[in-house]
Amino acid sequence: MSFPWAENYEPKNPVMKWLDAKLPLPRLVFNAVGAGYPVPRNLNYFWNFGVLAGLALTIQIVTGIVLAMHYASNADMAFASVEGIMRDVNAGWLLRYMHMNGASMFFIVVYIHIFRGLYYGSYKAPREMVWLLGVVIFLLMMATAFMGYVLPWGQMSFWGAQVITGFFSAIPIIGDPIHTWLLGGFAPDNAALNRFFSLHYLLPFVIAGVIVLHIWALHIPGSGNPTGVDVKGPQDTVPFHPYYTAKDGFGVGVFLIIFALLTFYSPNMLGHPDNYIQANPLSTPAHIVPEWYFWPFYAILRAFTVNWLWIPAKLWGVIAMFSAILLLLFLPWLDNSPVRSANYRPAYRIAFFVLVADCLLLGLCGVKPPEGAWVLIGQLAAAYYFAHFLIIVPIIAAVEKTLPLPNSISESVLHGEAEEAAPYGTAPGAAH
Amino acid sequence: MATSEYVDDPNQRPPVIGGEEEGGAGPRRRDFLNIAAVSFAGVGAAAVVVPLVNQMNPSADVLALASIEVDVSKIAEGSGIKVAWRKQPVFVRRLTAKEVADANKVPVSELRDPETLAQRTKPGKENWLITMAVCTHLGCVPLGVTPSENRGEFGGYFCPCHGSQYDTAGRIRKGPAPKNLAVPEYSFKSNTVVQIG
Repeated sequence: MSFPWAENYEPKNPVMKWLDAKLPLPRLVFNAVGAGYPVPRNLNYFWNFGVLAGLALTIQIVTGIVLAMHYASNADMAFASVEGIMRDVNAGWLLRYMHMNGASMFFIVVYIHIFRGLYYGSYKAPREMVWLLGVVIFLLMMATAFMGYVLPWGQMSFWGAQVITGFFSAIPIIGDPIHTWLLGGFAPDNAALNRFFSLHYLLPFVIAGVIVLHIWALHIPGSGNPTGVDVKGPQDTVPFHPYYTAKDGFGVGVFLIIFALLTFYSPNMLGHPDNYIQANPLSTPAHIVPEWYFWPFYAILRAFTVNWLWIPAKLWGVIAMFSAILLLLFLPWLDNSPVRSANYRPAYRIAFFVLVADCLLLGLCGVKPPEGAWVLIGQLAAAYYFAHFLIIVPIIAAVEKTLPLPNSISESVLHGEAEEAAPYGTAPGAAH
Repeated sequence: MATSEYVDDPNQRPPVIGGEEEGGAGPRRRDFLNIAAVSFAGVGAAAVVVPLVNQMNPSADVLALASIEVDVSKIAEGSGIKVAWRKQPVFVRRLTAKEVADANKVPVSELRDPETLAQRTKPGKENWLITMAVCTHLGCVPLGVTPSENRGEFGGYFCPCHGSQYDTAGRIRKGPAPKNLAVPEYSFKSNTVVQIG
């Protein structure tokens, strides 16, 4: 799709003309991320994070393919092969540290991307499908990250696998057979390690496929913008290239600087020392926590401490944890407000920042040992998380008095100076 | 910027503030920034390729296996043994006086890969022929290290894959192989121990 004023792809050189007639791939690229994709002219830096997520996935796939050349997915050899990568393989330490910290960078940018969507109402019509596919990508990312964490076969790998696959044993009656089937045994061992490696290699390519759908669905209505006001004419947009390729380029530079700082100066800051001890099925580490990007969900999992309504606490925890993500699938229909951007929704704006604080608090509860006050704080924070989506958001949508929206994107940028509202090369007011 | 100066051609960009005057043929400030930024990104991308390519070279643990010691005291005259070095077979053969004489008889200028037996052995140890057991054609292991195997027309080695024939100095004499059997780096630690690599 495109707006009628989108620049048309016109190959000049005969080779490109021939290619365009046989396989219009350059045309597709031109219309997707080139000058042929008109984008609202008022995007801020929060709109960089989609491209950054794509970059993070690319880094993970490239370093992952290379690591797989040296890794042995065998319970007896996995730990030693990872140590071999760190010590013996040329630049192996660099590639593994990039892959380790690349996963964290991927989650950081994706979390910012998600909260960008929550703030600016990116999930609302006509972009519900973009949001739904995004939730699918997030679920696939979590599965991929979890299985990747098992592969080094350290203590955290092993006990992480034990705990996460243990979720399935909470299912009544069929839980234990499913648990055994998933692991190919009664505890994580060679069979589980091999299937995790196989799926860890497969899922990133599935993610890449869903990303194609995500972008396809985005390009049907076109990108949103910080005002949430629809594009009304050519004066509201600029071509993706060179305007946003340049702006994304700057974001990529900042991303790579932070990534390099992590990789070169504190590569193990986000990991756990216990994972440099080989897996031992007979001894659990004293304090077992998942990677930081799972902490909020881990806190929700542990929030249920007593059986309730004939359902055991263990099952409640698992249900709540999965619901915390699946709930996002219903968000486009829980929030009925016609105004997209929180900039014009004073009440929702407050609720948004409270949710951010709540998620950070949940993360803190997830990393603290489940003792004392942390149990109660975790329970309250988890309850608020659900209340935000199920109670607060629908009520705000119904009763909130929103602020007046700007008439158009160009007006919001140029504060109503219609004379200047025309982009270079077009007559002012031509599209009105 | 005055808005009355808009141009009708949408492909024409306005002049850059602080650049050359409008319509000037010289490079603009923006062109310089553009080329500098893209070039720098290109240098960065090229730097990333180095570890990605280098990781496929032999790793430190592979290189650590690069040297072995072989006890040659049990090898009878006219026979030899095969040993593994860097995951490749090596022939250690003790030539008879006749085999040494045969090798020295051949006019070097007639050989495909001209080398004398002396060049391929250590001084005073001309009867110890130590070569890679890897045919220089396509990498098969030739026959002939023990007298019971087929040694070919020249009494050295015979490659069963494509019929290359080597003489008693391990030199190519007939068949498709281009080079003599390679001589690895080695030295005699004593009269009975050879270090290869």
